[in-house]
Amino acid sequence: MSHGTSDELQARVTGLLGGPNVMGNSPAFWAGLAVAVALLAALPVLFGYYAAEIGSVFLAYALLAMSLAFIWGYCGILSFGQVAFFGIGGYAFGIVAINVSTMGGLTLGLVTALVVSTLFAAMLGYFMFYGGVRDVYVTILTLVVALVLHTFMGQTAGGEWAVGDARLGGFNGMNGVPDLGIGVGLIGYEFGIAAHYYVTLGAVVATYLGLRVLLNSRFGYAIVATREDETRTEMFGYDTTFIKFAVFTIGGAIAGLSGVLFTTQNNYIDPSVFGITAAALPVVWASVGGRTSLLGTVGAALAIQFLDYRLAISGSEWALVVIGSLLVFVVLVIPEGIAPGLHDLVVSRRSRSTSAESPGSDGGANAEEVSD
Amino acid sequence: MGVSDPTVKTTPAVDETGEGSSRVLQTRGLTKHFGGLTATDEVDFALEEGELRCLIGPNGAGKSTFLNLLTGQLEASSGSIYYDGREITGTSPHERVDRGITMKFQVPSIYDEFTVAQNLRIPLQQVVDGDEYGSRTREILERFDLLSERETTASDLSHGQQQRLEIGMAMAMEPNLMLLDEPVAGLSVEETADIAELLEEIVADDGVALIVIEHDIDFVESIADRVTVLDQGSIFREGSIEEIRADPEVKRIYLGDDH
Repeated sequence: MSHGTSDELQARVTGLLGGPNVMGNSPAFWAGLAVAVALLAALPVLFGYYAAEIGSVFLAYALLAMSLAFIWGYCGILSFGQVAFFGIGGYAFGIVAINVSTMGGLTLGLVTALVVSTLFAAMLGYFMFYGGVRDVYVTILTLVVALVLHTFMGQTAGGEWAVGDARLGGFNGMNGVPDLGIGVGLIGYEFGIAAHYYVTLGAVVATYLGLRVLLNSRFGYAIVATREDETRTEMFGYDTTFIKFAVFTIGGAIAGLSGVLFTTQNNYIDPSVFGITAAALPVVWASVGGRTSLLGTVGAALAIQFLDYRLAISGSEWALVVIGSLLVFVVLVIPEGIAPGLHDLVVSRRSRSTSAESPGSDGGANAEEVSD
Repeated sequence: MGVSDPTVKTTPAVDETGEGSSRVLQTRGLTKHFGGLTATDEVDFALEEGELRCLIGPNGAGKSTFLNLLTGQLEASSGSIYYDGREITGTSPHERVDRGITMKFQVPSIYDEFTVAQNLRIPLQQVVDGDEYGSRTREILERFDLLSERETTASDLSHGQQQRLEIGMAMAMEPNLMLLDEPVAGLSVEETADIAELLEEIVADDGVALIVIEHDIDFVESIADRVTVLDQGSIFREGSIEEIRADPEVKRIYLGDDH
């Protein structure tokens, strides 16, 4: 009897997490993913705290990458300004946590940062989508917002630019941002380096699974249909303007969370997070990894940032040139990105060998990328 | 979800003629200007429930504009639209769809990248619950002769299959009124006959009212009860297909000398 129930449960979980809207539905994929997560979880144990410190930053970037893959890859909204929500999340946490120097302040900072970045995304999204802004103009507008924030935060060096005890610091940045923690009043727990790493990894995994559930829901079908043909989708009774607004806002919330995780790891944030180089990176990750693959984009973010880091510590000035060349190469050779390209390859090979089996896995490919 | 809004304000139709009870659709002085150009000009149009009406007229007569005004893709410059006894002027396209108006576009605008089953899921999930997707999908595929193509990517279907899929998707919405923009453009003779049969069946069996824009006069003759001729944005003639074909003025503006 219990066998039947567990089968049923498994079927329900599979139905929730899997479906034609996302890549990777085979048992091999899930096994590969489990191995990749296990390897990532073992990183601090294997390579020590320093690896955990850098790994936390990379994973925060991975979360930022996922926010763009979600809105661009699945809803067709190319935002060049995901870093705006990322940076706003970071600054908002810093301002609250520096002023409320208790354990409760850390929790308050996290909540405030999420609320502020989500509201900012909702406001921007509202004016754009309900104002009829579409396609490339969304891209331009979001980039402009990030650049305006860059310029604005850059001129806050003077002492008058402080919120309570938190000095914004202009291009010198905001120093002394506390670690992330959880608590009420004076009681609570402040995350150390390893704990912060695991919290960040947990956030990435939870966001990934959450987005999969969302994308395979009724709303997920509406999101993908809106990407494919907005007019048509509206003619099936969907409020596509609201769908784009909601997706953009969710993307902003995820980017805001990644900004908090990034800032609390470095205990520091400066306006370069809003700069054009930073703004371009998520687009590079999504283009290289494949924007229609959440994991592909995550893998690309981890791999590219690791490459960037290795080039930087070897004293090379060429990191951005290498990353730029990689982008050009991938866009020319596999326009849809690495993960969807490999996915198509696996599917076509499998359907050639066993035509009866159901399609869909990019397991090995992504697992490799993630464990990079 | 936000995909539908049932709390839309409606005002009862003001029908001075008092004969609007069986009318599914009526327009009053419906006008659309594009800059200095008047695409539709004071159109008073009425459609009975379960009627199949063809809309013909030369290029630029305002047929597509008229249809787009009915779906809400375009906003009227002046005039009003009543559907099912209620004014719908100014409502958004998705609100009109919720009330039972659906549209089949000129270019088969199915979702190319989706499979046939996924295509059907988009309209189906608007009207039925999750556990019914499978059975409803099967019913529609059977009816529109696409059962063997269930897992085929839509872009790989033949043109005729794509047209059938699109009509199937529109029917999945369980509409009261379907607007079709040139449903047989580019189809072979057999495919055209298939579509004609399907449309007549939809009217007869499902009681759906149809407005069909069509250039192919033989196709129009094979399906239409009544025909409305638009010219320069206004209704030029209205009547049975025989009356329209016999009308020398219609011949002059539309049919040309070869008819």
